[in-house]
Amino acid sequence: MNDCPLLQCTDVRKAFPKPDGAELLVLEGMNLELREGQIVGLLGRSGSGKSTLLRLIAGLAEPSAGDVRYLGKPIAGPAPGIAMVFQSFALFPWLTVFENVALGLEAQRMPRAEIRKRSLAAIDLIGLDGFESAYPRELSGGMRQRVGFARALVVHPNILLMDEPFSALDVLTAETLRTDFLDLWAEGRMPIKGVILVTHNIEEAVLMCDRVLVFGSNPGRILSEIKVSLPQPRNRLDPSFRELVERIYVEMTARPTGPAAGRHERFPGSGIGSELPHVSSNLLAGLMEAVAAPPFNGKADLPEIGSNLQMEIDELFPVAETLQMLRFAELEGGDLKLTEDGLAFAHASLDERKRIFLRHLLNYVPLAAHIRRVLDERASHSARKSRFVDELEDFMSEEAAEKSLRAAVSWGRYAEAFAYDDENAMFSLENPT
Amino acid sequence: MKRFEPYAFLSDYASRWDVLAFIVVIGLIVFLGETSRGLFAPLTQLELTPLSLDPKHLPEYAARTTFRMLAALTLSLAFTLTYATWAAKSERAGRLLVPILDILQSVPILGFISVTVVFFMSLAPGRVLGAEFAAIFAIFTSQAWNMAFSFYQSLRTIPTELSEAAESFRLSPWMRFWQLEVPFGMPALIWNMMMSMSGGWFFVVASESISVGHTTVALPGVGSYIALAIAQKNLVAISWAIATMLIVILLYDQLLFRPLVAWVDRFRVESEPGMRVPESWALTMMRRSRLIQAATVAFHAGVLWTSRAVQRSDAPESDASAAPKRSLDLLWVLLIIGAVVLGLWHIVLVLIKNTPLREALQVCGLATLTMLRVFILIALASVIWVPIGVWVGMRPRAAQLVQPVAQFMAAFPANLLFPIAVYGIVRWKLNPDVWLSPLMILGTQWYILFNVIAGASSIPAEMRYAAANFGVNGWLWWRKVALPAILPFYVTGAITASGGSWNAAIVAELATWGDTQIQARGLGSYIAEATTAGDFHRIVLGIGTMSLFVVIINRLFWRPLYYHAERKYRLT
Repeated sequence: MNDCPLLQCTDVRKAFPKPDGAELLVLEGMNLELREGQIVGLLGRSGSGKSTLLRLIAGLAEPSAGDVRYLGKPIAGPAPGIAMVFQSFALFPWLTVFENVALGLEAQRMPRAEIRKRSLAAIDLIGLDGFESAYPRELSGGMRQRVGFARALVVHPNILLMDEPFSALDVLTAETLRTDFLDLWAEGRMPIKGVILVTHNIEEAVLMCDRVLVFGSNPGRILSEIKVSLPQPRNRLDPSFRELVERIYVEMTARPTGPAAGRHERFPGSGIGSELPHVSSNLLAGLMEAVAAPPFNGKADLPEIGSNLQMEIDELFPVAETLQMLRFAELEGGDLKLTEDGLAFAHASLDERKRIFLRHLLNYVPLAAHIRRVLDERASHSARKSRFVDELEDFMSEEAAEKSLRAAVSWGRYAEAFAYDDENAMFSLENPT
Repeated sequence: MKRFEPYAFLSDYASRWDVLAFIVVIGLIVFLGETSRGLFAPLTQLELTPLSLDPKHLPEYAARTTFRMLAALTLSLAFTLTYATWAAKSERAGRLLVPILDILQSVPILGFISVTVVFFMSLAPGRVLGAEFAAIFAIFTSQAWNMAFSFYQSLRTIPTELSEAAESFRLSPWMRFWQLEVPFGMPALIWNMMMSMSGGWFFVVASESISVGHTTVALPGVGSYIALAIAQKNLVAISWAIATMLIVILLYDQLLFRPLVAWVDRFRVESEPGMRVPESWALTMMRRSRLIQAATVAFHAGVLWTSRAVQRSDAPESDASAAPKRSLDLLWVLLIIGAVVLGLWHIVLVLIKNTPLREALQVCGLATLTMLRVFILIALASVIWVPIGVWVGMRPRAAQLVQPVAQFMAAFPANLLFPIAVYGIVRWKLNPDVWLSPLMILGTQWYILFNVIAGASSIPAEMRYAAANFGVNGWLWWRKVALPAILPFYVTGAITASGGSWNAAIVAELATWGDTQIQARGLGSYIAEATTAGDFHRIVLGIGTMSLFVVIINRLFWRPLYYHAERKYRLT
């Protein structure tokens, strides 16, 4: 085997400039190595920068600092040996299956006959025989993603990048596609030498990858690296498989330690400067009820309750973390444990729930408390939204400020802490007449 | 039902770039008017083939009118693909180019035909060609702006993943343009082309027969035919012309646009199967014809061949070092300052210096009169068409029948019907200030109707069931269900109708029948009069004032209303 890795990222950092001149850091200290014959998974939630890293590798964006090397050479622009499969398929709707597949070769100005031969071979390999003249709109989601695979494989890339390729598909279709892909990979029938898979599905990562890099957010960074040495084909029910899934859950819910902790924790709860996730009160109440009820009785294993409620980590984690921020639950070691008030909330009537929620909202969400204080102090008991946006923008981007305020408004309305009139963008203490 | 979205791309009401754009555009018009004035002489020596009112010439005239339309459409397409691409690809250029487009949309080019005629005739002195150019240019100006806008908007909204796919498979810029950008923009472009055509017929009729000073330039065509019929008070000939136009528009629709709309359905990105696939017998015929098939295959091969032939730079785009970029920026700023100064120079020196304050005030007063007319007419048309549109839209059967008719009526050049109305006004000695006004909205009211129909038919069935279930009836139903649901659609239609009415004012406020001339007081008749007199200062003053009014009304009234309707009442 060659000594030079297929791909190597060293100390990669990516930041986007903000309008006010500061920068938004999305990736930091990213080190990654892909060797021949490996499938490496980038696992994390949305906003953890895993897709950004994939785009740096694809040559679609440039790192702000650090080094991305393909076969030892720095990447500048899309490299010929790296092809990508997209989450939303990204097929050209005006081209047939064949034309979509042939496009990449056409761009390389390959001889016509060669294009035809290779495209048909790729279509054949991926199981699209007979669909050559169909337009993407005539195909089901699974078939469309097959075109996405054929289009990537036809250029004979060394590295295949996959950006959540199965997340837009239904469960059954996704599983079929995964299995087909793993079969082709195991049999060595695809021209690719290494794969990088971006996913937010823990089981998918354990099922497909040889190594999983777990990403943390704000800014995106690698929390840990987990080797999966189970033999293929893997069985989801295998105890060692479950154990790995559990371990990743624990990794992803671990409280950050070290110097980064104070700065990067998602809900430091210290001031109005922390970004609030937009999680509806229905979801919060629903999860508390589910955890309070049997078989969990107040303490739930995250993978278990996740599969129970059919929630992916992208949906489950923000709710769980919001509960933690509101001190309704504690999140540790892959478990979600309700606090006393959390349990009380789950068993309370609607009016009592609102009272409990109001108390926690004003105690533990500084932005909500701040809005309420301003409204209380003013004679008119009203305040413009822009006033708070301006304040928040000292800490975060305009978009994040809007999002945080939306969350505060929705919780504030539920708790009847204050009212908000969207038409005039005004906060007030009055109830609508 | 697709909708024409007038403002989907600009969210601010006005910026300094708009002001700059306004100065540049009006400055350019003044400049054109100034230079053309000196070239006025050759025009008088021109002689054109006399027209004949014999209906047997009508097919030929219709063919020539249609040819002008096609030529203008081709030009508009070329303009769209270049201007919009430039504006979208260069942030620097886009900042000025987009507002310029927006201002140009508001310029009533109908009043400007006389100036452009002289200008184009000077390019081809003593030839009919100059007048042909001017007519084609006039049609072009009625089509190009919104086409360019729609393409610009498409270019800015290409889905990220499609664009990334194109990049990661290393398509050359040329290939990217033809394989991704043009196909992606195609559906919106075709739709806007259709809308443009509707306006175009109006202009082609108006621009074929132009009187400047003592000269009348009459190009053979349906428009000139009708002008001659008016001069000779020949109602029979006018009926022939109307019938011819009906047939021409019908053919155009069936042979050109229907196939295009059906064909372009393939380019839609939203992958869910559409509610109803547009059909066209002409397209089916073409698809099945071997000849046409061979032609399409050849075209495809051509596109692929060019993408091979055009050089691709394999080197990645290197970041231009900061220094030349900054000097380019500086150059661009200097260029804009230059254009603005020149524009101001012309406006001040020619327009303002030669305009007594009294005249300026008078023009503003006339503009206010026309504005009043437009608003009253829109209100009247709304009172009539909104209930009818809602009624029709709620009944799919009726909608299917009425919708094409409404779109057809919008395309039909209403100025062909003017003589009939004028004949009536003269005959019964009606007050022209009142009775000429409806002509302004004759052609544009249909936009209100067909947008309302589209809105009403898009009300979800469940919402209607819910209203029925809770016993929401009568006036309450209109107030709480129907009117809010159609509001975004209605506003879109009203904006189009209002814009069109301003333009129509120029031909509607001053009308002739034989040697009788009747006039309604307003900015439109002011411009029309100035045109007949060949008084370029007053033409430019009138056009400038009208543009200013239209821009201000758009910014202060229609655009806020549009956003409000979109935000609050859009059913998704």
